[in-house]
Amino acid sequence: MADPINLIATWLQGLLAGWGLAPEVVNFVMTALGVVVIAIFVLLLDIFLVWLERKTVARFQDRLGPNRLGPYGLFQPIADVIKLLIKEDITPKGADKVVFNIAPILALATVLLLWAVIPFAPNLVGTDVNVGVLYIVAIGAISTLGIIMAGWAANNKYALLGAFRTVAQMVSYEVPMVMILLVPVILAGSMGVNKIVASQSWWYIVMVPVAAIVFLISSIAEIGRAPFDLSEAESEIVAGFHIEYTGMKFGLFYAGELLHALTIGALFATFFLGGWRGPFTDQIPILGVGYLFVKAFFIYWVIMWVKYSLPRLRIDHMLNFNWKFLTPLSITIVILVAILDKLLAGVARPVYAGVMLLANLLVAWAALSIARSRTRHGPARVGEPRPVAVPPKPAGATPKPPVSTTP
Amino acid sequence: MTPLQILFIVVAAATLGAALMVVSVRNLVHAALWLVVALMGIAIFYVLLNAGFLAVAQVVIYIGAIAILMIFTIMLTRRVASESKPQVNPNWGWALAIAVLLFAGLAWILSSWSGFNTQTTALAARADPLRDLGLALVAPDAYVLPFELASVLLLAALIGAIVVAWEKKI
Repeated sequence: MADPINLIATWLQGLLAGWGLAPEVVNFVMTALGVVVIAIFVLLLDIFLVWLERKTVARFQDRLGPNRLGPYGLFQPIADVIKLLIKEDITPKGADKVVFNIAPILALATVLLLWAVIPFAPNLVGTDVNVGVLYIVAIGAISTLGIIMAGWAANNKYALLGAFRTVAQMVSYEVPMVMILLVPVILAGSMGVNKIVASQSWWYIVMVPVAAIVFLISSIAEIGRAPFDLSEAESEIVAGFHIEYTGMKFGLFYAGELLHALTIGALFATFFLGGWRGPFTDQIPILGVGYLFVKAFFIYWVIMWVKYSLPRLRIDHMLNFNWKFLTPLSITIVILVAILDKLLAGVARPVYAGVMLLANLLVAWAALSIARSRTRHGPARVGEPRPVAVPPKPAGATPKPPVSTTP
Repeated sequence: MTPLQILFIVVAAATLGAALMVVSVRNLVHAALWLVVALMGIAIFYVLLNAGFLAVAQVVIYIGAIAILMIFTIMLTRRVASESKPQVNPNWGWALAIAVLLFAGLAWILSSWSGFNTQTTALAARADPLRDLGLALVAPDAYVLPFELASVLLLAALIGAIVVAWEKKI
């Protein structure tokens, strides 16, 4: 009973082999089944996420959120899905039909693909490739492509502007994210995601908190959530790259965004919070799934907390923050962790963790004090005020020449 | 035929078809997107050859960086994406001659190769190709010199880009 999923898999494998199928075909069928099961599980979770997100934002904004359909409004997302499915599907005039239709699929599929390498439990992982971390980066690259396609194919200037902004944002925030992903790789000595989890007898957030925070910030930017939601800034470019999408095609983008946030939570939990690790996972491995999702939902909640608390950044501020603060910081952290890891080889674990933590805090303090010394207080002056009407001077003062109002 | 062989044939056909579309469609953005499909096909070949690292590197570099840069350039250049331009420039004869020569050369080399019927051998269970690759890149008796040369070249390009984009402060 300790490991029901692998039990079922073994039973099914035996059944298929018993039917006289070749071992290769059995292998193929089992792989395909695994893909389908993970995809369906994650997509069902996605429907529930809509409810969760709306309930949480409602609490943040002192409202109740959906509460009419079913207990606590739990059936609301199902009604939403039905509504999205029966809405009219509009393709704008002059749009590039094929590209326009592929883009939302790509947007959701790239998020689903990430779940292939996330280990749910010690012996329950989609595929334990030895380049798991790099795979995650590669999938991120493809998701950028989906957004470009959406923005370009809609034949709408706002959509195109939104796509440009998104790509500028995603390509630049990828740099600190990739850098910082090297930190758990160095600490674990492997690029395999399951090995990274297995080596976290001390959670990496304890050792390298700065790396964890940089990863969280750059991944929030990567999914384009507030305060980094420039790509769909309603007051400037209406809705960004998905402006022309209706019905379920819009639904796919929306579902993709929500699921991506939870996926970032799962990745953060995997890299820095010990993934499936928790009490009694050695005896009952299936508990690991629970631990992973508790951690993932906690990070998801943090992402929502940030989203509904902070205002949107301006694009130059956002890019400056990335290139002038996050990127140098992450390079420093990577170099420091690599050197310390070599220096501390063979040292007892608590000492190792302590030195890492100390070095991280030092870097954080240095980075923040450098940033503070360059802070500009008050708004920047971009021009001098030119008053149109000048108040009359008291008698005796020399009259000033009238200010010209024509430019 | 094993499932792997069927997969190989399907992917090979798709890659070749996509490559053909790259040079034959009139819309430049479409050509770039077909190029992405072709590059993805190459990545799948790497996976089929058990070269996982090369596969993801292919996706990160060629799709994540180069293809996106190309699409960006096309989008930002006005009117090159229109379908009224001729598809070839005056040098098409030379290009054709070189392409035919290259293809003939490759075919000639491959015609004397006897490994067409070899099956892929399973890697040893203990083998970690990624670790071997990493060690080979920094081992003095292997590829450390080319690796460092490439690093210096990329660093020079990086600094060059910063210098070009530097806003002169007076």
